[in-house]
Amino acid sequence: MLPYIGRRLLATIPVMAVVAVFVFLLLRLTAGDPAAIIAGDNATARDVAQIREKLGLDQPIVQQFIIWIGKTLRGDLGESFFFKKTVTELILGRVEPTLALATCTLLLAVTMAVPLGVTAAYKRGSWIDRFVMGLSVLGFSVPVFVIGYALMYLFAIHFAWLPVQGYQRIGDGFGGFIQRLVLPSFTLAIIYVALIARITRASVLEVLGADHVRTARAKGLADLPVLLRHVLRNAAVPIVTVIGLGVALLIGGVVVTESVFAIPGLGRLTVDAVLARDYPTVQAVVLLFSGVYVLINLLVDLTYTFLDPRIRY
Amino acid sequence: MSTVLTLPSPAVRREARAWRLPRNRSVWIGAAILAVVVAIAVLAPYLGTTSPSEIDPTARNRRPGAERVIRNDDGTKTTVTYRMGTDSLGRDIYSRVIYGSRVSLIVGVTVALISVAIGLVIGLVSGYIRWLDGIVMRVMDGLMSIPAILLAIALVSLSRGAGLRTVILAIVIPEIPRVVRLVRSVVLSVREEPYVEAARALGVPTPALLARHVLPSTVAPLVVQGTFICAAAIVVEAILSFLGIGIPPETPTWGNIMAEGRALFRIFPHNIFFPSIFLAATVLAVNMLGDGLRDMLDPRLRHRI
Repeated sequence: MLPYIGRRLLATIPVMAVVAVFVFLLLRLTAGDPAAIIAGDNATARDVAQIREKLGLDQPIVQQFIIWIGKTLRGDLGESFFFKKTVTELILGRVEPTLALATCTLLLAVTMAVPLGVTAAYKRGSWIDRFVMGLSVLGFSVPVFVIGYALMYLFAIHFAWLPVQGYQRIGDGFGGFIQRLVLPSFTLAIIYVALIARITRASVLEVLGADHVRTARAKGLADLPVLLRHVLRNAAVPIVTVIGLGVALLIGGVVVTESVFAIPGLGRLTVDAVLARDYPTVQAVVLLFSGVYVLINLLVDLTYTFLDPRIRY
Repeated sequence: MSTVLTLPSPAVRREARAWRLPRNRSVWIGAAILAVVVAIAVLAPYLGTTSPSEIDPTARNRRPGAERVIRNDDGTKTTVTYRMGTDSLGRDIYSRVIYGSRVSLIVGVTVALISVAIGLVIGLVSGYIRWLDGIVMRVMDGLMSIPAILLAIALVSLSRGAGLRTVILAIVIPEIPRVVRLVRSVVLSVREEPYVEAARALGVPTPALLARHVLPSTVAPLVVQGTFICAAAIVVEAILSFLGIGIPPETPTWGNIMAEGRALFRIFPHNIFFPSIFLAATVLAVNMLGDGLRDMLDPRLRHRI
C-alpha cells in the first residue's frame, strides 16, 4: 500500500516537470520581452535594461528556469503586469467563487449521473435508457455557453426565478450565495452528467452480466441491494476514473461559465489576464489548474486501492 | 455422424438487422445535416445575404423579422427584411450567421487534418522505436495534464491580435497527444502480429514497414478520431471567439456574434439564439457522424475512443 502511494507520487513529478517547462517556455520564448512590457511605451533603453536585470532576464534561459521554478515552489508567482498586485494575492482573491462553482457542479453531477446511469443500465432499452444516451450525445454537442444562455433565458429572464448573473460571497449570506450558484452549476454539470452517466451505464451493464450478480439474485436478494452492494461497488473503478478525468472538462467549463454568468473567479481572471497580456498571471493560472488536475487524478488513482483491493501496482 | 448446420432463424436475423440499422442511421442524419451546413457555407453569397461586416448605424438592434423601407433615387422603394434582426452595430445577424459557418467548418476540418497528421507521425515513430517511446509519452502526458481549453487560451495569448492561423494552431496543439496515444496503442498491438514480424524478418526497412504494414491499421480509428476532433475544434473556436480572445471581432463567426450579443442579452436574446442553434446543430451532426462511423468501421473501437 505505502510503496504504491510512494511510487504513484513519484510518477507525478515528471508529469508536473513537463508542464512546468512547457508553461515556462511557452511564455518566455514567444511573448516578446517582458521587461519592455513592464517598462511601458515611454521607457528608455536604460529603464528596460534595469528592469531586465532586476527580474534576472539577462541570465541564461536554464538559470532563469531554475530561478522561476524555485520561486514558484516557494509560492512566489511574481508580480502581475496589469493588476499591480502579486499574482499570489490575485489568485487567492479569486479562489472562492471558482471553488464554490466547481464543488457545487461536482456534487450536482455525481448525484444526478450515477443514479441515472445505473437506472439506464438496469432498465436497458427503456425511456430512461434512451434519455441517458440522448443526453450524452447532446451534452457533448451543445457548448457550455449555449446551455448557459438557454438556462439563463428560461429561468432568470422568462420565469425570473433566479438572479441573472453575479456572485455573492458565502460570508454575505448563504441564501444569495446558493441562488446565484444554481444556474452556473447546473450549466456546467450537464456535460459532466453526460460523461459520468454514460460510463456508469456501460460499467454497470458489464457487471450485471457477471456470475456473482446472478448468484446474488438466485439466493433471493431484492433488486436494490443487488444493485447497490454487488453491482455498483464492482462498477465503481471506471466511474471514479471518469470523474477524475472529467475535471479537465470542468476546468475548461469553469472559464467559460464564469464569463457567461459574470462570476469573478479564476476563470474570469484567466480571460482578463489573456486580454491584458498579463503573462505572469496566465502562467500561474495554467500551472495552478494543471496542478489541481494532476493532483485530483492522483487521488483518484489512490482510491482504487480502497475500491478494489485486488489492484496492486 | 452428421453435422447439423443451423442457420439463424429469420426472426433472429431480422432482429440483428433491426439492431444495426439505427446505428447507421446516425451516420446518415449526421451527414445530411452536415451537407446542409456545407452547402450554406459554400453558397453564402447567394442566400439573400448582405455584407456580413457592414455597419449600419440607422438599423441597430432590430428584432428578427423587422422590415425597413429604403427609398431609391428613382422613387421606387426597396424593402429590407432583417430575418434574424441586427446587432448593436446594425449588422445583419442572418448574413453573419450564414457567413459564420465558413469559419467554423474551416477551423474544424483544418484542425482535424493537421492534428491527425502530426499525431500520426509522432505516434508511429514512438510506438515503433522503443527508446523514444518513454520520452515522447512523458511529454504527451505533460501536455495532456493541461486542460485543453486552458492550453488553447494560453497559446492564443501569445500572438498579438490572434487570427485564424493562431486559433487553429492553439486548438491543434492540445489535440495532438490524444492522436499520438491512439496511434501508439494501435502500433503496439499490430507490431506483434505475425505479418509484421514476417516483414521484419525479410529485412524490410523500418520506414517502409511502418508505411506499408502498420499505417493501414491506423486509418479506421483515425477517421473516427478525426471526426471527433473536428467537432471539438468547432466548439473551442466558438469558445475562444466568445471570450473575445479568438478570431478578430469584425469577422463573422458564431462565437463572435454571441460575444457581441452578450451585453444586450436580456433585451435582445436573438443575437445569441440564432448562432447557438447553428453551432449546436453542426457540432451534433459531426458527433453523430463520428459515432456512426465508429460503429460502422469497427465496433471494437467503442472501447478505445
